[in-house]
Amino acid sequence: MHFHFADAYEDTGSPLHHLDARVKVVLAFLMILLVALTPMGAFGAYIGFFAITMAGALIARLDPLMVIRRSFVALPFAAAAITLVFTMPGPVLGTVPLLGWTISAVGLLRFVSIMFKSMISAQVAVLLIASTHFTDMLWALGTLRVPKVLVAVVSFMYRYLFLIAEEAVRLSRARDSRSAVIGGHPAYSGSLIFRARTTGHLIGSLFARSFARSERVYQAMAARGYQGEVRLLDPPPLRARDVLVGLIPLVIGCGLLVASLW
Amino acid sequence: MQHVLAPHPMHAPDGFFSAWLAIGGWIVVAAMVALAVRYTRHQLGERQVPLMGLLAAAIFAGQMLNFTIPGGTSGHLLGGALAAILIGPWAAVLVMTAVIAVQALLFQDGGLLVMGLNIINMGIITSFVGYFTYRPIKGLIKGRAGIIVGAFAGAWLSLVVTAAAAAVELALSGTSPLAVALPAMVGVHALIGIGEGLLTIFALTFILATRPDLVTGESAPGQRSARWVILGLLLALALTLLAPLASPYADGMERVAQALAAPQEAGNPVGFTVPDKPQFFGEFREAPYHILPDYTIPFLGEGPLSTILAGMIGVLIVFAIAYGAARLVHRIQTNRSAEQT
Repeated sequence: MHFHFADAYEDTGSPLHHLDARVKVVLAFLMILLVALTPMGAFGAYIGFFAITMAGALIARLDPLMVIRRSFVALPFAAAAITLVFTMPGPVLGTVPLLGWTISAVGLLRFVSIMFKSMISAQVAVLLIASTHFTDMLWALGTLRVPKVLVAVVSFMYRYLFLIAEEAVRLSRARDSRSAVIGGHPAYSGSLIFRARTTGHLIGSLFARSFARSERVYQAMAARGYQGEVRLLDPPPLRARDVLVGLIPLVIGCGLLVASLW
Repeated sequence: MQHVLAPHPMHAPDGFFSAWLAIGGWIVVAAMVALAVRYTRHQLGERQVPLMGLLAAAIFAGQMLNFTIPGGTSGHLLGGALAAILIGPWAAVLVMTAVIAVQALLFQDGGLLVMGLNIINMGIITSFVGYFTYRPIKGLIKGRAGIIVGAFAGAWLSLVVTAAAAAVELALSGTSPLAVALPAMVGVHALIGIGEGLLTIFALTFILATRPDLVTGESAPGQRSARWVILGLLLALALTLLAPLASPYADGMERVAQALAAPQEAGNPVGFTVPDKPQFFGEFREAPYHILPDYTIPFLGEGPLSTILAGMIGVLIVFAIAYGAARLVHRIQTNRSAEQT
C-alpha cells in the first residue's frame, strides 16, 4: 500500500518550471513580503497581485481554479481574525441579531484584507511548489546560504519520508488487525488512556526503528567514504535571462505596493 | 484509526502575521539554527545528518498517527518535547526545523514568510520548554515516576507556551486582540496538551523499554547556552505581562509618530510622512505600519486585562504545583531511602 501524500508538484514542463530554482525561491519570498507590506484595505493592489498569480498559473500551465482552491488553506485561520470584526472601535455597521455584538466597519475591512492577503500569499506558494521539484528547491536553498547541514538533514528527511510514513501505516494496520471488532457492533476502542498508550507505543516503535535505520544508513555511508562533510553540486551560473524574467513580477509588485501607499 | 494529513492548527499560513514580525522571526531562527548546527556536530559527529534526517521523517510520520479523543476530533503529536527529551534541545531544534520546512515547501502546510515564526513556535519553544521542564522534574523524582511526570509536564507545557506565543504574535500583528486570542489559544491547547503529554509519555516509555541506549538527551552539549534561551523565553513572558500594564500611560509609538509628523505640517519637508491622500482604492485609511495597532492598547487597558493576567498566572500556578508535587515526592523518596539504610 502506498501512502498518498498531497505532494503539490505538478510537472507540466512550462516556462515557469524551467526558470532557475534560485530565482523562483527568492521571487516567491519577496512577492509574499510585498503582499504582507501592502496596507489594509488596498483592494486595488490586492486585485493586481491576484492578477499576477493568475498570470503565473497560466504561464505554468496550471489550472487557475486549482491554484485558487489550494489557497483556501488559510480559511480555518479566519477564526483568529474574525474577532476583529466585533472588537475594533470606529463606525458601527450593525449588530449581530441575538448576540448583540456590534460589527465594526474598520474591523470588517481589516478582516477581509487579511483573508485576501493570506490567500494571495498562498497562491504564490502554490505556484512555487507546483513548478519546482523539491530536490531543486533544496539545492536552491543550499546555494542561497541556508546552512548545508540543515539542507542535508531536510534532503535525508525527504529521501526517507515516504518509507517511514509507510512504516507508520504498516504499524497501525498490524495493530488494527489484532483488534477484534464484532460485525454490526460499534467498535469498542477502549479508554482515552488506552488509546493514547496504543498510539504512543506506535510512535515509540517508529522512533526506535528510525534510529536503527539511521545507524544502518550511516554505516552504509561510512563504507562509501562519508566523512561527515556535506557536499553540494557547484551552482551553475545564474542566467541573466532568468533574473530579468524574475524581475518583471517583482517590479509590478513594487509598483502596486507604492501605489497602495500613495 | 484515521490516516489523514490534518494540518495542525499552529501551521500558520501567510497573511496573519505582520511582515516585520515575520522577518524578526527569521532572524531569530537563523541564529538558533547556526548554534544548533554547531552543537549537534559536537554531539553526533558524522552521524549528525543521517540521524536527524531520519528522526525528522519519524516525527513527520508520527504526527500522522491520530487517536480519537472525546468530542469527535482526533489528537496527534507535535513532537518537539519528545524529540528534545530523546536527543537534547539543540538537535531537536534542527529536527523540528526540517519537519516544518518540509511541511511548508512540499505539502504547502504553513506559510513561507511566516515559516520563521512557525519554527519558533512549534520547533524552538516546544523543544526548550519541553526539555527544561522535563529535566528538573526528572532530577527531583527518582526512577520511572520522574520520567513520566517530567515528560508529561514538559510536553503539556510546551504546547501551552507555544499557544501563548502564537496568541501574542497574532495580537502584535493586529490580527486578533490579545484579550481574545490568549485565553482562547491557551485554553484549547491546555486540552490538546493533555494528548501531547500522554503520547510523549507512552512513546518515551516504549523507547526506554526497548532501546534505552537511544535516549541521549541527558548528555547533549550546549546546556549552558540553552539556559540563555530559556532566560530569553522568560523575559518575553515578562514583557508580555508588562506591556498591557504600561501601555495606557505611555503610548510610545503614537507619540513618536505625532512628534515626527508635526514638523511636516509646519512646512518642514523632512519628517515622517503621514499619507493624507486616500489609499489605492482603499476607503479607510490606517497608518500602514504599526507595531502595536491602535485598538489593542485601549482595549487591554480598559477591561479584560485581568483575563490575560489570569491566563499567564494560571500557567505559572500549574507549573508551580507540578514543581511542588515533584519536590514533595522527592522528599518522601529520600526519607524512605534514608530509613532503608
